[in-house]
Amino acid sequence: MTIDWLNFTPLTSLIGGVLIGVAASLLFMNSGRILGVTGILEGLLRSRVGDKAWRLSFVLGLFASGLIAQWSWPADWIHAPRIDASWSLLMLAGLLVGLGTRWGAGCTSGHGICGLSRFSLRSLIATLSFMATGFLTIFLIRHIF
Amino acid sequence: MQRVIEFFIGLIFGFGLLLSGMTDPGKVQSFLDLAGQWDPSLVFVMGGGVLIGILGFGLARGKKASFSGTPFHWPELSHIDRSLVLGSLTFGVGWGLAGFCPGPALVSMASGEAKAWVFFLAMLLGILLFDQVDKRLRRVLEYTL
Repeated sequence: MTIDWLNFTPLTSLIGGVLIGVAASLLFMNSGRILGVTGILEGLLRSRVGDKAWRLSFVLGLFASGLIAQWSWPADWIHAPRIDASWSLLMLAGLLVGLGTRWGAGCTSGHGICGLSRFSLRSLIATLSFMATGFLTIFLIRHIF
Repeated sequence: MQRVIEFFIGLIFGFGLLLSGMTDPGKVQSFLDLAGQWDPSLVFVMGGGVLIGILGFGLARGKKASFSGTPFHWPELSHIDRSLVLGSLTFGVGWGLAGFCPGPALVSMASGEAKAWVFFLAMLLGILLFDQVDKRLRRVLEYTL
């Protein structure tokens, strides 16, 4: 292992992480809801009357953040996205992420941030599991195939 | 008013994802690449997020209801089962292949990344297909595991 010092951004990543934690805390303290992106999306897709407004507001806010950053942030605040995966690989990956996060009832935000903050053993197991296959997948596609 | 607050919480979350580098799949994949040029930035994202989350959820634990008056929706599940582990393992494969997790993909869609749209739509399909796949999978797993 060698550290990629050139792309290492401890300060902006920490500030970003703090904002993520602030958002997760606020959503729970204000609305009593867990900030889990796939859980929120699933609730929007399925017809549960009376439970959609807060989900839609949150998702619109999340979408708006991308628009605002695109138009008003200085270029050096934004990490330009580098997307290596091909179109077909992205489709496969999207399917796996959709299926996997519903099957495991959570993603990086719900299990990784909220779950770990609540000291949930269940979320710790989930986080270690998706990290493990994440590491393994990258090892296979970058160093084996 | 609540809808406005939830919109702003989504906005803060999105800004956090953008600043932290989570919206750059290349950066996420570099974090997962332990055997190559490793970028440890995501440790700081998670560290910052969980640290603030511990405070937020800790504060909520002492209260009866959220600020909006709705009760806290504490996650009900606490057991560790096959679904949790297999689902999270599946999610990790998709996460590694694309470098996207659900929240950052949504933010990148707003920035006009066509590949983020493809990933996101495939993910929604995966979420919708889950019930169907789950039914069949359960049948197969009952015979094999």
